[in-house]
Amino acid sequence: MNIKILGSGCKKCLALADNTKAAAETAGIDPQIDKVTDVVAIAGYGLMSTPGLVIDEKLVASGRVLKAVEIGKLLAKA
Amino acid sequence: MANRVAGSVHFFIYDVIKIFILLSVLIFSISYVQSYFPPERTRRILGQRKGVGANTLAAFLGTLTPFCSCSSIPLFIGFTSAGLPLSVTFSFLISSPLVDLASVILLASIFNWTIALSYVVVGLILAVLGGTLIGSLRLESQVEAFVFQSPVSDHDNDGKISREERLIYAREQVLDIVHRVWLFVLIGIGIGAAIHNWIPESCIASTLGQDRWRSVFVATVAGVPMYADIFGTLPIAEALVQKGVGVGTALAFIMSVTALSLPSVIMLKRVVKLPLLVIFIAIVTVGIIVIGYVFNSASQLLI
Repeated sequence: MNIKILGSGCKKCLALADNTKAAAETAGIDPQIDKVTDVVAIAGYGLMSTPGLVIDEKLVASGRVLKAVEIGKLLAKA
Repeated sequence: MANRVAGSVHFFIYDVIKIFILLSVLIFSISYVQSYFPPERTRRILGQRKGVGANTLAAFLGTLTPFCSCSSIPLFIGFTSAGLPLSVTFSFLISSPLVDLASVILLASIFNWTIALSYVVVGLILAVLGGTLIGSLRLESQVEAFVFQSPVSDHDNDGKISREERLIYAREQVLDIVHRVWLFVLIGIGIGAAIHNWIPESCIASTLGQDRWRSVFVATVAGVPMYADIFGTLPIAEALVQKGVGVGTALAFIMSVTALSLPSVIMLKRVVKLPLLVIFIAIVTVGIIVIGYVFNSASQLLI
C-alpha cells in the first residue's frame, strides 16, 4: 500500500501524517508514506484545499486533518 | 528628536495592538463563515451560472475564500479542469486576494466606512471586468494542457463538519494566519512609523503628493512585485495618507501589493503561458491605476 500526504509542509499536513502513521500502526500495516509538497503535483490529484490524503493514487480526503480513527476506516476500505 | 522617537514608538505600539486584536477577531469570525464555503462547493455554485452573473458571483465568493495567494494555483487548476470558463476563474482569482471581509473592516477602522465600502465596490468591479475581459479574449490555448487533464475531485467536507469542528477550524486559522503574517505586519507598521515621524512631508509630497499626476502610477508599479498581505500594507498606507498622499494613491498601493506579487506570478507561470500571464498582469495593473485616479479625484467626498 502506498500513501501520500499532500500539502506544502504546513502544520496541518504534519498532523495528518502523524495521524496516518498512528492509524497504520493500529491496523497493523506498514505502508509507504510519502509527502508531496509541490503545488502543481498536489493539484494534479484534483485537490483544492490542503492537506490531502491519497491512498494508492486515489484522493480520499481533502481540506481537513482526519483523525486516526477515520483514516483507519479508509485504510480498511482500500 | 525625543518627540520624534516618542511619536514613532506611539504609532508602532498603537498600531501593533490595534491590528493584532482586529486580525485575530476578524480571522476567527470570517474563518467560521468560510468553513461553509470550501472550494468544491464554490466551484459547484459557480458551475451552475453563466455570463456576467457567474463573474459577479465569482467575485463575491472570492471575498469569502482564504487570504493567501498561495492557494491560487490549486484553485485555478481545480476550477479550470472542472470546466469553469477562464472569465469566471479569473474574476475569482482577482477578487480573492484583493477583497476580503477582514481587510474591509480593517480599512474602515483605519480610514472610514466610506473608503472601506468604496474599496470593496471597486475591487469587485475590477474582478468582474478583468475576468470578463480575459474571457472575451479566448485565451484557453494559453493555459498549460495538463491543467485541463487534471482529475476533478469532489470531496466535500461541508455536510460532515460539526459546529465544534468549525470553531476549531476558525481557531486554527487564526493561529496559522497570525503565525504566517506577523513579521510582515510588524515590518509594515515599522515602515509606517518611520514614514510617520522621520520622512519629511515635502519629500513624500514631491514624489507621491496629490498634485503629482504620476503618483498613482508610481505607487502601483512599486507595489506590483512586493509580496505582503493587506494587514502589513495598511499601516504604510495609513502613514502615507497622514503625510498628505492621496487616498487613491494609497489604495492603489494596497491593491497592487495584494493582488499581484512576484511569488504568485511565478506560481501562475507554471499553469498559464506567458501571453496570458502578461495580459492578466496588465489588466489588473491598469485597472488599479484607473481606480487610483478615480479615488484621488473624488477624494474630497471620502474623507
